Amino acid sequence: MSDETVADIKRQSLSIIVTKGSLDWAYPPFILATTAAALDYDVTLFFTFYGLALVKKKLDLKFTVLGNAAMEMPMFGTHIAMPNIMAMIPGVDAMAGAMMKKLIKEKGVASIEDLREAAVLSDVRMIACQMTVDLFEYKREDLMDEIELGGAATYFEVASKSHINMFI
Amino acid sequence: MSEHVLDAKGLNCPLPILKAKKALKSVPAGEILTIYATDPGSVADFAAFCNQTGNELVESSQDGDVYIFKIKHTAA
Repeated sequence: MSDETVADIKRQSLSIIVTKGSLDWAYPPFILATTAAALDYDVTLFFTFYGLALVKKKLDLKFTVLGNAAMEMPMFGTHIAMPNIMAMIPGVDAMAGAMMKKLIKEKGVASIEDLREAAVLSDVRMIACQMTVDLFEYKREDLMDEIELGGAATYFEVASKSHINMFI
Repeated sequence: MSEHVLDAKGLNCPLPILKAKKALKSVPAGEILTIYATDPGSVADFAAFCNQTGNELVESSQDGDVYIFKIKHTAA
């Protein structure tokens, strides 16, 4: 007989593969994970490649205007698009990153640090991809204590039982 | 009977929901948590939150820029 109770079977579950680690891309996985956890979902985040930046003990998220074709920065009462050439100018990316952080604060949006802490407190399972940790030569001590290490098979074991699976 | 209030004004998604979830833990079953928020998205979010968690949305109203939600903590 299965150990699952009726409540377990009814409980919704979510898994997300997190592949990006810039400041803007940090938001979708953490917002989705914490909101789902608030709705009593069973949530697992699987961090791989650049997603590993989000599970470093000390967060240092970067932002770039390069390749962000749809980005329009709210400035001077209007929206300013950021052509790629701007990223070549020294200091532009740093400034854009600072502006993003300022906007985030002003609009009452949670910081990634806070969202990440909320995820840990809500028992969101966080797994880091062993292969890419080795690939980028990260040390276990550089990463959060709360994360597990696993491979693709670990991911599939979770995903096969999840109601919702996402790739970000 | 004490009043349970959560001031979520000025906070954007997903903070109103996250804070409400946390606040509800200290609201005894059957009692009501009143939430004040300014995020327009929270109207749909709180309805969804109550649908998904089984808590009862007793009231969802608006007073100027502020949205008021009353949620009854129905024991899960």
